[in-house]
Amino acid sequence: MNSKNKKNVIKINEMHKWFGSFHVLKNINLEVSLGERIVICGPSGSGKSTLIRCINRLEVHQKGHISVNGVELSGDLKNLESIRSDVGMVFQSFNLFPHLSVLENCTLAPIWVRKMPKKDAEELAMEYLERVKIPEQAKKFPGQLSGGQQQRVAIARALCMKPKIMLFDEPTSALDPEMIKEVLDTMIELAETGMTMLVVTHEMGFAKKVADRVIFMDEGEIIEQNTPKLFFTKPTNDRTKLFLSQILNH
Amino acid sequence: MVFDKKNYAPGTHPDLPPPPGTVGVVGWLKNNLFSSLSNSILTLLSLYLLYLLIEGGLSWFVVDAVVNANDKPGCRKIGDGACWAVIVKRFDQFIYGFYPLAERWRIDTSFFLLFIAAAPLLYPDIKFRKSMLIFSCLYPFIAFILIKGGVFNLLTIETNLFGGAMLTVIIGVTSIACSLPLGILLALGRQSRLKLVKLLSVCFIEFMRGVPLITLLFVASTMLNYFLPPGTNFNLLIRVIIMMTFFSAAYIAEVIRGGIQAIPKGQYEAADAIGLTYWQTTRFITLPQALKISIPGIVNTFIGLYKDTTLVVIIGLLDPLGIGRAALADTKWNGLSTETYLFVAVIFFISCFAMSRYSLWLEKKLSTDHN
Repeated sequence: MNSKNKKNVIKINEMHKWFGSFHVLKNINLEVSLGERIVICGPSGSGKSTLIRCINRLEVHQKGHISVNGVELSGDLKNLESIRSDVGMVFQSFNLFPHLSVLENCTLAPIWVRKMPKKDAEELAMEYLERVKIPEQAKKFPGQLSGGQQQRVAIARALCMKPKIMLFDEPTSALDPEMIKEVLDTMIELAETGMTMLVVTHEMGFAKKVADRVIFMDEGEIIEQNTPKLFFTKPTNDRTKLFLSQILNH
Repeated sequence: MVFDKKNYAPGTHPDLPPPPGTVGVVGWLKNNLFSSLSNSILTLLSLYLLYLLIEGGLSWFVVDAVVNANDKPGCRKIGDGACWAVIVKRFDQFIYGFYPLAERWRIDTSFFLLFIAAAPLLYPDIKFRKSMLIFSCLYPFIAFILIKGGVFNLLTIETNLFGGAMLTVIIGVTSIACSLPLGILLALGRQSRLKLVKLLSVCFIEFMRGVPLITLLFVASTMLNYFLPPGTNFNLLIRVIIMMTFFSAAYIAEVIRGGIQAIPKGQYEAADAIGLTYWQTTRFITLPQALKISIPGIVNTFIGLYKDTTLVVIIGLLDPLGIGRAALADTKWNGLSTETYLFVAVIFFISCFAMSRYSLWLEKKLSTDHN
């Protein structure tokens, strides 16, 4: 849990967001400390994805404060790109660049954002591709890989920027059951390295195994948060109980 | 047909060859030409029609055709097929217009260098591409000096002597080369978040698309003088090239905009998430994908532009079509319109067909799907 002696890398304070007139995030307060692994769950449309997309400003909040690595996210931010490059993101639909090879997908940002020499960037990319166990696919194009392999490339691509925080937006929701495991294994290994992770997922097994904290959201609010053990065994809120009974008993 | 009727235990079934007659030449003929009784009849009928056409055409085109004669009656004395003599006698004009005979090596050299300059742009995998690209950048100046002259002891040639296929290539290649970058900028401008940039792009595109090309050419040849300060003498050929460029850039912009809009939103989100700036995203993510999708549309526009260069006849420039009409007006060759226009058609077809084949090749090369 939130230990006092650890540095907070994300601070969200009374944050609100609207899509048009629809109030999608309501009074969000969240602090994430360095190395913490957080799983966010909740019914669809509850604002989970929007919340983590606000953290790297793919979505813009209208009220309240978000600070990431000590930098306040606001409209007059000059170096948004450098803040974004410290926060890695993995998407539900992988979003690999289909016209670039696996290796080029991984080296693009290190070369152009981090200004790394091409050779060093390629070595770095191969190192991470080995970590996600697909170095042999480096020369292929994303369209030639399976969904699980593509998602692992996407993880490697994000890691190549050496981010301090990793955001996962339903990383296994678009995958076949057989492939979910290979992606989750990669994420578990990543968690073991001490990476700060925010994961939106319905994989409760993953939550039990690696999460330090589970957050339940519904209708734009954080309803309940607790350690996985207490969250799954003694949920306090009725909506949490209903949600858990629906996803665990089928 | 003998099928292997053997039963295999589960998991031990080997890969068997396909049944005979379903693959190879026999299989192809069977599937495509003789798949049913009616298809077989159609195939035979088509072959017969093709035979009639070739037999009749061949005698007019080749067997009874006359290549060597000094005028039309001379042709008719020898044979009653096509009188290609009109093309042979005026061939130089069809290619060079009225460019002085002694200086034509300059056109030949420029044309030859054009291929060297275009190669690294058209074939990304070519050897020594980087050094060749430097030449590509210098080429427009080299070609301008060679063709127009005026420096290095080269005789100045007035542009009103330009004509024939050389004029088509000059207008076509210059307009194509200039309209692609301009079209890309207009497409990006139309998608821009900057309101003024967007407004200007939309106005330009809609105006250029909303006006017939002929009107623009007339504006170029006559009205532009009223807008320019008195005394400025602005070459007609350059005016035509500018108008052609603007016209096709507007079309290219819309084609590329379609390509940009076909890119999934996730691509931009991924580019944002790894920290790329707008221009980096445009250069590495948006344009490579948008241009690839737009290749058929872009080449379509270019082929259209290339053929539209014949419209310059109306404002007095003599492209191959103009030269052809001049030949027909000559009493010696009166009435040989079939031969003349066929030849002009062939000149254009060669270039347009080459563009079309190149675009197919490029599409295939850039394809990154399952293969």
